[in-house]
Amino acid sequence: MAIWLNENSKIIVQGMTGGEGTKHTRRMLASGAKVVGGVNARKAGITHEGLPVFGTVAEAMEKTGADVSVVFVPPAATKAAVKEAIDAEIPLCVVITEGVPVHDTTEFWAYAVAKGNKTRIIGPNCPGIASPGASNAGIIPADITTAGRIGLVSKSGTLTYQLMYELRDFGFSTAVGIGGDPVIGTTHIDALQAFQDDPDTDAIVMIGEIGGDAEERAAAYIEQHVTKPVVAYVAGFTAPEGKTMGHAGAIVSGSAGTAQAKKEALEKVGVRVGKTPSETARLMREIMQNR
Amino acid sequence: MDLFEHQAKELFAEYGIPVPRGIVAHTVEEARAAAEQLTGRVVVKAQVKTGGRGKAGGVKVADDAADAEQKATQILGMDIKGHTVHKVLIEEASAIAEEYYFSFLLDRANRTFLAICSASGGMDIEEVAHTAPEKVAKVPVSPLDGVTRDKAREIAAAGGLPEKALDGAAEIIEKLWAVFVDEDASLVEVNPMILAADGQVKALDGKVTLDDNATFRQAEHEAYADKAAEDPLEAAAKAKDLNYVKLDGSVGIIGNGAGLVMSTLDVVAYAGEAFPGQPKPANFLDIGGGASAEVMAAGLEIILSDPSVKSIFVNVFGGITACDAVANGIVSAFQLLENRGETVSRPLVVRLDGNNAELGRKILADAALSGVELVDTMDDAAKRAAELAAVGA
Repeated sequence: MAIWLNENSKIIVQGMTGGEGTKHTRRMLASGAKVVGGVNARKAGITHEGLPVFGTVAEAMEKTGADVSVVFVPPAATKAAVKEAIDAEIPLCVVITEGVPVHDTTEFWAYAVAKGNKTRIIGPNCPGIASPGASNAGIIPADITTAGRIGLVSKSGTLTYQLMYELRDFGFSTAVGIGGDPVIGTTHIDALQAFQDDPDTDAIVMIGEIGGDAEERAAAYIEQHVTKPVVAYVAGFTAPEGKTMGHAGAIVSGSAGTAQAKKEALEKVGVRVGKTPSETARLMREIMQNR
Repeated sequence: MDLFEHQAKELFAEYGIPVPRGIVAHTVEEARAAAEQLTGRVVVKAQVKTGGRGKAGGVKVADDAADAEQKATQILGMDIKGHTVHKVLIEEASAIAEEYYFSFLLDRANRTFLAICSASGGMDIEEVAHTAPEKVAKVPVSPLDGVTRDKAREIAAAGGLPEKALDGAAEIIEKLWAVFVDEDASLVEVNPMILAADGQVKALDGKVTLDDNATFRQAEHEAYADKAAEDPLEAAAKAKDLNYVKLDGSVGIIGNGAGLVMSTLDVVAYAGEAFPGQPKPANFLDIGGGASAEVMAAGLEIILSDPSVKSIFVNVFGGITACDAVANGIVSAFQLLENRGETVSRPLVVRLDGNNAELGRKILADAALSGVELVDTMDDAAKRAAELAAVGA
């Protein structure tokens, strides 16, 4: 078992015929994920990478039984693509696209809320979600880790990979990259809640970074609702004020959004915070060994 | 990207928002000429992208052109929170009856937009928000509904604005919403929004932050870029499409993925504490998940052109692009640089981890690039890079 994505998940790719869409469709298929088709209004009816291309998400769902969509369309087309997925009420929509204007993300989030949140949105600007050994929706390298009982939620792609790799001997139930944009569809709290409820997850790694107060809110949530052990890592202690550090949301504004404040909030509720990614992996290793 | 006050006001004016007449001056002579043209009392305002200008002495009223020249002499060249004043806005003085606060911004936590309005505007708004939060109205605004004139009036009323100011404020608020949406802004702030003695509501100040992700549909925003204030290395990196931020240390950093690079900076700073001079990271540079040879070469070039760099730490996790490809990329990058007549003149510590790490390390070892050391873990590699920077300093 895992959260949100399992061996039965049927995946369609919005923007499958583009360069990134093609490359990662191949990778997902190679990892054993059940990719069942693609969506491109202008290329409906063709076959790409051996898979049918449909005109709309709704049609793709009807013909294939798909329940997950992965979005690789360019930033300018992302809002329309996600709204289409919401209209089709697909249960999970993973938005990989980087560089989506925040007005567009805020609008499709409001649209999802107005439509009753029937679609879980992950991202944008994220690596996706992987349940090792079961399925893989996005760009997380499938071969860096194994199936196991650690859950991971992270704002950063490569730090996700680093931790998955360092803890590959224990393995992961699910790893979710929620993305580094200021507005995202799935938060640390959503993932913490799902991992807490997942009988096949024993402990949770949470990776945060500067900007906003998502980590502080996650800390408050952990104190109230999470009984499973959580270890955390926060990136960006040395980031200067007012500079965007790669991710659109990674910015310290005045005294708000600092790594120190996030670390303190997490430690205050008993979460052990690693000084480096490797130390974080060691902390998790101790927990898994003493279980 | 943040705009200067004068840019924000020019933008406001385009949307029909009343702002005082003003002229930008880069020299005291220009300041005098501007004041002569405007006639009467003027305000000389430092143009810097930071708050608290008034309290820092960067905003002064002048009685006439000669006085404006004198005030401009005081303000030009001044340092306000690390920002040097290179230009001033000379603006006609307004007869202020009341000062209000207004802004539209992105509420990250609630994933929506927020209108913030208060009748207690001016320099002490942050103090008011802290001590008397009930005087500051925060009204969520859905991007699906937007802001109509009625909604704008509601927001102004919620902020406690008096009846006589409501119509004028509502008109401005509706237009500010248009600026916020049409220009892809993440912040539009007017503090103070004033009720003038003649009863008109005006934007006396303006702060606008534009979303860099929207440049593909906001081509004209390019003109707002403050080329003069840009760090030359950051400008050079931008020209090469590199995600680079200049920092003040001596360990050059290259990595793949924003989170990993941020983490690398922290680990280097942490490791540096143990060495003389406590070396710190010299930059943030994310070459992206792919880590291709061309991008690696471009990144190395930028970092080598920074004279404060004493050692370089290349920290790559091989995921989608496995470590053997990354190692080949580094070898090709050295070749590319050599072909351009450049040498990698400072020691380089490489840490490769992830897919095909062993193979990648072997490729680098066999290539025997001069000055390149391989260290297996991120923590140890950071230590070595910091040590080399300390020795080189």
